[in-house]
Amino acid sequence: MEKHCTESRVKGVSTGTTILAAVFDGGVVIGSDSRASMGEEYVSSKTINKVIQVHDRIFCCIAGSLADAQAITKAAKFHLSFHSVQMESPPRVMAAASVLKDLCYKNREELQAGFITAGWDKKNGPQVYVVALGGMLINQLVTIAGSGSTYIYGYIDAKYKPNMTKEECLQFATNALALAMGRDNVSGGVAHLVVVTEKGVEHVVVPGDKLPKFHDE
Amino acid sequence: MKPNAALEGLFNGGNTPKAMKTGTTIAGVVFKDGVVLGADTRATSGEVVADKMCAKIHYISPNIYCCGAGTAADTEKTTDLLSSNLAIYSLNSGRNPRVVMAVNILQDMLYRYHGQIGANLILGGVDCTGNHLYTVGPYGSVNKVPYLSMGSGDLAALGILEDGFKPDLELEPAKELVRAAIKAGIMNDLGSGNNIDICVITKQRVDYIRPYQESQYKDNRKIKYKYRPGMTPFLTEKVVPLKLEVVQESVQKMETA
Repeated sequence: MEKHCTESRVKGVSTGTTILAAVFDGGVVIGSDSRASMGEEYVSSKTINKVIQVHDRIFCCIAGSLADAQAITKAAKFHLSFHSVQMESPPRVMAAASVLKDLCYKNREELQAGFITAGWDKKNGPQVYVVALGGMLINQLVTIAGSGSTYIYGYIDAKYKPNMTKEECLQFATNALALAMGRDNVSGGVAHLVVVTEKGVEHVVVPGDKLPKFHDE
Repeated sequence: MKPNAALEGLFNGGNTPKAMKTGTTIAGVVFKDGVVLGADTRATSGEVVADKMCAKIHYISPNIYCCGAGTAADTEKTTDLLSSNLAIYSLNSGRNPRVVMAVNILQDMLYRYHGQIGANLILGGVDCTGNHLYTVGPYGSVNKVPYLSMGSGDLAALGILEDGFKPDLELEPAKELVRAAIKAGIMNDLGSGNNIDICVITKQRVDYIRPYQESQYKDNRKIKYKYRPGMTPFLTEKVVPLKLEVVQESVQKMETA
């Protein structure tokens, strides 16, 4: 196993990744690729799940060390569920993001994981929060993270419009993921997309061969 | 490895013993009625084969078994600990353990040690929710998969699995696929070798077939190496009685009322 991790800064399995979330009119679209890597050359899983449900209408995308991310989301699920029982009502998306931020900030020396938290709650509707490596928490309308995100900043800045329809937003997210997976070697596999609205949650999986193709493919 | 760093001081610069690793090929496949796990049987210590008939498929609970790659002591003890804890849980709750619970316990434990425990495990089992196969890495990452191989021979075995796996295989093709995968690992990796063990877990029963296939390169010992008592002749005999001094004597009456 050691031969697979050559000069990786992340120990063990890493989700060198592309994750994103975007708010549209009435909900959020959350998406990720599905590749997990060890070192720069070995794909340890083609079908890893990076969009994790932490509560009924709140999802989390993970980036960084897979072990750290799974441990943090487990703790977050527990805290959120406990908080929800105490408050006798579903937690706010801000609460989920804060739980993750707390865990990331308190243990920032040892952990190597970043998250995008997105969902829908009754008070503020659809929201997207990003929790970066050191524990920074920021609310944005659209956000991207992971190693593949560097290749699509231009696309996001140019193509995102507030108050898109669900179909427009899904197409936007699929295109963004396809572009990033096309350029980043540690992102790939299938595109996992989740649409969260007041009514419920919808999963869309776009297999690699059905992803949109661009001029040079 | 940090635990052995403490040992180095004791040897005054001489050769410290190397940890026994199971440079290994292990594989697992989910088939129609359950899970098939397979492993080779070679354990190496540096360049020497320390154990030719090592058992790498460990018992966790009547319906869950675990293959281990990495440091032999770590996989052995981790799986033993998991097995005991699951048995206690099962007795306390009155429920049969689920594979996902075993995976969660392992993940929590390995994550706490931040990769210091060198255990790469494949957990497979059948419970009331279905047939499951999980991989747990030494840093505590978990992945649920339909087929899988781990160890130093994993790439060779993975080629066979990627080519031959189909969902809902029957029992015999599934066993043959795992056997071929381990065989590929044995043939193409120096750290794997000797025999192939197979464990078939279904809802009704568990078949632990050890060995499923023996190595064709077994050595046949020409003579026995056991010697009868009295075979060594001796020239002289000297008997020295051991003198003992009674320093303190205390008598305690035993109550048998």
